[in-house]
Amino acid sequence: MVKFKVRVEVWLKDELVDAEGKTVEEALKDLGYDVSGVRVGKVYIFNVESESSSDVERVVVDICERLLANPVKDKYFVSVLGHEV
Amino acid sequence: MKPKILIIRVAGTNCDSETARALEEAGASVQIVHTKRLIDRLLDLSSFHGLVIPGGFSYGDYVRAGAIWASKLYSKLMDEIVSFADSGKPILGICNGFQVLVEIGLLPGLGEFGLRSISLAPNDSGKFECRWVYLKPNGSNRVFMKYYTPDRIIRMPVAHSEGKFIASNYILKVFEERKLILLRYVMPNGSPAGGVYPFNPNGSYMDIAGICNVDGNVMGLMPHPERATYLWQYPDFTSKIYGELEYAYGDGYWIFKSMCDYIIEEII
Repeated sequence: MVKFKVRVEVWLKDELVDAEGKTVEEALKDLGYDVSGVRVGKVYIFNVESESSSDVERVVVDICERLLANPVKDKYFVSVLGHEV
Repeated sequence: MKPKILIIRVAGTNCDSETARALEEAGASVQIVHTKRLIDRLLDLSSFHGLVIPGGFSYGDYVRAGAIWASKLYSKLMDEIVSFADSGKPILGICNGFQVLVEIGLLPGLGEFGLRSISLAPNDSGKFECRWVYLKPNGSNRVFMKYYTPDRIIRMPVAHSEGKFIASNYILKVFEERKLILLRYVMPNGSPAGGVYPFNPNGSYMDIAGICNVDGNVMGLMPHPERATYLWQYPDFTSKIYGELEYAYGDGYWIFKSMCDYIIEEII
């Protein structure tokens, strides 16, 4: 078994209003910055013991579907950052 | 024999006592128990006639409101909960409890809809919405809603950040056809809120505030009936004259009363 370090990003789907993003955008505009399209997401970083990098992706997708994201409203991205030698 | 109703709680639950008082007022014998006692098998869920998952901010709403509590129930108690529901016993989820029932898939129902078909997303307003709302109940559900006559408009408070009901058009159509939508946000005159803020406080599709499963014995709602159990809980109580008050209790009381009646008639 190898210990993989993974990174998961969870975002509200594009078609849904991201109220937190809008609020941040408003505040940035108040500060004088010319910004638009602000969206806020969550990042999770954790280690997973697994046999191969393809297997670890399968497990992490499962983790996203079961807990970290609700596919009805969220989209997510998985990346394997590396593993212990 | 009084209906025996279990209220479960975890860290961050904060509506358990009020809910217990409302249920006791409706004639139930109530026990409030930490979920861990069920997981450790110190208590048998099947010895109760009804289950309520109350409101609050379980585990600080980490990940998503209700997600962590749901993971614990799903991994450690799901068989017991599913057989409890399958036996026809009523399960009521209020606010955070509704979010939990959605996360474990008991709403709209694992058999037909699967684990992930609906979601309670962050409010469109981007903030915590704590306000009284007008609701139109669907009296066709005899477990929780039997006291609501067809033309009645009721009032209860909502208090949540993640209450925007979303689902695909297909699911929404099925809900409508099967009369699974039990509560909808409306204007003070009873016409549909049509998504208009603040009458629809969160942007819920089809103004949905509460739903049930296909069998009608599992209900989830975002408003707090336990905070509308007595008339003196209403913000305009002191401005009303007693003679004008049509009902002895607040609108929320009748959900608990209906649940207790159902247990006495069908379960005990």
